[in-house]
Amino acid sequence: MTMLIDFALLFLVIIIAIAAVTLKDLLSATLLLGAYSFLMALIWVGMQSVDVAFMEASVGAGATTAFMIAALSRMTRWEKK
Amino acid sequence: MVEWLTAEISSKYNYWVSILLMLIGFYAIIAKDNLIKKIIGLSIFQTAIFLFYISLGVVRKGTAPIVSEEMILKGYAYVNPLPHVLILTAIVVAVATTAVALSLIIRLYEEYGTIEETEIIGAIKRKEADQDRPAF
Repeated sequence: MTMLIDFALLFLVIIIAIAAVTLKDLLSATLLLGAYSFLMALIWVGMQSVDVAFMEASVGAGATTAFMIAALSRMTRWEKK
Repeated sequence: MVEWLTAEISSKYNYWVSILLMLIGFYAIIAKDNLIKKIIGLSIFQTAIFLFYISLGVVRKGTAPIVSEEMILKGYAYVNPLPHVLILTAIVVAVATTAVALSLIIRLYEEYGTIEETEIIGAIKRKEADQDRPAF
């Protein structure tokens, strides 16, 4: 059962990483990166490393996303190509 | 041989996922032209390495490393806390790196009006060519 949850989370993480890299909308990519960090925190709770999960959920998913949105508000939202 | 290989691959699936995530992040760092996309790739690469490190410390049927003396005497296993401490520091460093990189990108955008790498390099080369031209 625990292994099943682990598999589902790892699969989702890979899908979200690919989506965050390939999207043309930088704001969506940033928000997907926040979701990615939060799923990583869940994986680390599954591996019993609760302190790292705490740190990742607050700093990785929270602060990084806030920084990136603040930076994107000063420049263009779309990736050219 | 084949059975041994499949068992080896399926029992260490965390490592394979971490390698896959590393490759996704590395692709974004090298192949993407947009600087924000490069930062996102860097973040994914770093997180993949954290996943690898945390997976090294896992003990089967271990609890979180918050234990009392009584629990040790009863023979409870707990996961290795040393990789956790290393990665706790690395997460903070990762956020600092991202913040510095974002501030540099904002400065580049103010200077050149774009965050595409090839356009910035082209603008720099044009500026240098203008300076080299003899003025008479």
